[in-house]
Amino acid sequence: MTPLQGCLLVSALLFAIGLAGAVTRRNAILALVGIELMLNAANLNFIAFWRYGPHPEALTGMMVVIFSIAIAAAEAAVGLALIIAIYRHYKTANLDEMKNLKG
Amino acid sequence: MSLPFIIIAFVTLFAAAAAMSLRNLVHCALSLVVALAGLAALYLQLDAQFVGFAQILVYVGAVAILIVFAVLLTRSDATPNQAILAPGWIVGIAVSAVVFATLGWAALNSPGLPKQMPPAPEATVKNIGDLLMTRYVLPLEVIGLLLTAALIGAVIIAMRDDAPKPGSSRGNEAHSSMKLEPPHVGCYGSGKNGGGI
Repeated sequence: MTPLQGCLLVSALLFAIGLAGAVTRRNAILALVGIELMLNAANLNFIAFWRYGPHPEALTGMMVVIFSIAIAAAEAAVGLALIIAIYRHYKTANLDEMKNLKG
Repeated sequence: MSLPFIIIAFVTLFAAAAAMSLRNLVHCALSLVVALAGLAALYLQLDAQFVGFAQILVYVGAVAILIVFAVLLTRSDATPNQAILAPGWIVGIAVSAVVFATLGWAALNSPGLPKQMPPAPEATVKNIGDLLMTRYVLPLEVIGLLLTAALIGAVIIAMRDDAPKPGSSRGNEAHSSMKLEPPHVGCYGSGKNGGGI
């Protein structure tokens, strides 16, 4: 197994862990944490391909990861604000108890 | 694969699995911090110093704090005594296992993956700044706009938007002043919003 394949396997496992958490956990915050883990797994893939790719001096993978980290920060802020707003309405952060779209 | 890579990868994956499976949400958030710091160490292993430190600043510094705040604000810091997994959790685990098998199979069997590391590129902060100001200046501006809009939106979403209670003196006062003096309508609106925060 080459080092690149090691990185890809680690990021695949990280993605699977994040997906399992986002799909199975009942708490909305944990679902958001799972999404963050999946984003990070994708970032690790970008960095690994950038480092082992043919033209690392172009810094393309690194730029994508920098922008992706910024987008992930915005996503986390909006997601957690939504969870807090929903908690204020339903008095719970449990995804199974949020059944109504209309207040 | 070097020994440090294997150790960091195991720590990262174990912490990620703990973050997704522990019962207490505060423990989950702390495991998430370990997992994100491990990822930053992996970036440093791959010669991406800037991204590694940005990861520590943004994720370990800001996102983890945000998550802990959300855990405490939604009062889910106590260990729950009902089930922590949704009813169809077996399907979810199976789907993610299939996803991992597919990704792992693709990673192990792809032809033409580069075998060894090319010499380390010069990824200094100066180079990154040059690129951000020349070739990637439009994405940089768009990201700045997106971050501003997202943060303002987050504040507005999380702001308490219920009107002041009928008994509160401030609302009544503003209401009567609006009736008497129509030019103060703007004051009434701002006063109501301000009272809502």
